[in-house]
Amino acid sequence: MVYEVTIDGKNYRLDLGRADGRWQCRIDGREVQMDAVLARTDVLSVLIEGKAYEVKRERTATDMHLWVGAARYAAELRDPRSLRSRKAASGGETGPKKLVAPMSGRVVRVLLPENATVEAGQGVVVVEAMKMQNEIKSPKKGTVQKIVAAEGANVNAGEVLAIVE
Amino acid sequence: MFKKILVANRGEIAVRVIRACRELGVTSVAVFSDVDRASLHVRKADEAYHIGPAAAAESYLNVTKILGVAKLCGADAIHPGYGFLSENSRFAQACAEAGVKFIGPSAASMEMMGSKTRARQEMEKAGIPLVPGAARGLESAEQAAQIAAKIGYPIMLKAAAGGGGKGMRLVHSPAELKPALEAAQSESLRAFGDAEVYVEKAIVNPRHIEMQVLADEQGNTVYLGERECSIQRRHQKVLEESPSPVVDPDMRRRMGEVAVRVAKAASYTNAGTVEFLVDPDKNFYFLEMNTRLQVEHPVTELITGLDLVHLQIHIAAGEKLPFAQEDIHIRGHAVECRIYAEDPDNNYFPSPGKITLLLAPSGPGIRRDSGMYEGWTVPMDYDPLLAKLIGYGTDRPQAISRLVRALNEYFVGGIKTNISLFRRILRDPDFQAGKFDTGYLDRLLKSGAPEAARGDAEVAAIAAGIFAILEGESTVASNGRPSANSANGSAASGWKRAARVEAVKEVASSL
Repeated sequence: MVYEVTIDGKNYRLDLGRADGRWQCRIDGREVQMDAVLARTDVLSVLIEGKAYEVKRERTATDMHLWVGAARYAAELRDPRSLRSRKAASGGETGPKKLVAPMSGRVVRVLLPENATVEAGQGVVVVEAMKMQNEIKSPKKGTVQKIVAAEGANVNAGEVLAIVE
Repeated sequence: MFKKILVANRGEIAVRVIRACRELGVTSVAVFSDVDRASLHVRKADEAYHIGPAAAAESYLNVTKILGVAKLCGADAIHPGYGFLSENSRFAQACAEAGVKFIGPSAASMEMMGSKTRARQEMEKAGIPLVPGAARGLESAEQAAQIAAKIGYPIMLKAAAGGGGKGMRLVHSPAELKPALEAAQSESLRAFGDAEVYVEKAIVNPRHIEMQVLADEQGNTVYLGERECSIQRRHQKVLEESPSPVVDPDMRRRMGEVAVRVAKAASYTNAGTVEFLVDPDKNFYFLEMNTRLQVEHPVTELITGLDLVHLQIHIAAGEKLPFAQEDIHIRGHAVECRIYAEDPDNNYFPSPGKITLLLAPSGPGIRRDSGMYEGWTVPMDYDPLLAKLIGYGTDRPQAISRLVRALNEYFVGGIKTNISLFRRILRDPDFQAGKFDTGYLDRLLKSGAPEAARGDAEVAAIAAGIFAILEGESTVASNGRPSANSANGSAASGWKRAARVEAVKEVASSL
């Protein structure tokens, strides 16, 4: 199998095969001695050139992360034969920015009115979850274009609270 | 001894108390809200009863409901854990009136210590060293400004009913005072149902060191050594250890004796903690008394060899302390990490959700008090403490190295946790040298995260491909080998198995 793998934004070409219970592995054309055992769901024991690694996998509906030791890598895997397109690169610093709730909780306070000027890092909305109040801060300098969140409202993770232009 | 104890709490501490009940042969009763039916404490208890909706005010803080369950199931005592009703003197009083023993101090002691302003007044009378400030709640922002001007900035605003850093604000200048006061009052009202806030001079770069005390109902009071709790974020402890790197035997004895005097002045019974602020010259000042079992009690248990929850239950049952001060010896060193469901890469926002993968550490010198399990969904409604990981060693460096080793074995997938924060603290040279104060962690976090070693990206790339190939097979290794049908397709693996059997036969016959 040939895969295109992206780890933290860097692309690798991976050629993996198995014959007689042995793994064959080439990464970017280079042959690597490798063996792997699935210890349990989402936990892989990998031996590469004699070095032992435990790799843990976390998946959500949209993305995958792999942990090697204490480091967490964003991973994307494509089968070049399939038609699945690459993820669009995320937007830059220009244009309107959405402030989203980082977790489910309750909006306890809106700190700035619409059309107010806002500094990068300034709090716009306060969301309370797990007994902690958290300021949702503006990612950029600009003006508050729209306040979507209402004080007292319950919000889900990912829900838009405000838009900064 | 009691026959049945109701545990009026949830999470890891409820599990901790239920375990103690089991060890003592006492029937344990759990209570749970709508969102906690599947929580670990419900699974571990002998009996469990539903007490209401997710909102704590209607469940874990509902005195009538909880006492109703106690009556219904015939519990003769209630252990409140920490948080929730543990420092609520009205609850202790209601227990007494209902004829159920509250495992903790009397309502009167709790009331005295529960109001930080009243505690200050009483301790002043008893000659206990105090931080300069006002022993009265603030009536207005103007009054706050006057007192602050008199004692000098920076000042600390504190909730009179407070604890755990809630309703607390550090104020550096008059301009910050009014918004900080309002925030402290509103947070205090929400957390404790009481908006009273008072002012103290902020000791610059203090350490936060506390002394564990135990008192029986016959008037015997002892101290069990200190806990160093200076590693805090937003006034919330995240890592504690015992002994403190700065406390020598003489200072321990002096602090311990003051702590015993504090407890006696409050006619205190059961387990309690006297908190001190310690300035850079090692002067210590009484801060407050926590009239309950502390989150961080395991470090004291490890270095004294005592079980504080067992002792709490024995004391509440009217038994005399089985030892005197001179029988208590400190041996070794223990460090505790509080594992929270929060995202270190996103300003430590709470991160509730489903735990999809849980790998727990074990091995020498490791204790884990946990309220989570794989497949459980962490609710968004409560404190984000998931578990405590405690390392014990003959000395501080060994306790730290065991803890670092165990943290590397610990994996919680599906939600974010602060495990990486502890790796960073424990490896930090200042921490290792014992050079820190309550501002240490904020400074460490501001200094920017050191890039974690990212040299294993290729390993991750290879693993991504292996996972994809093994995806459809869903086979887990048995005995270190891939199970027989792990090769692609069952027909192929059948052939392979046959071939392998033949090969083994050949080898056997050639021997």
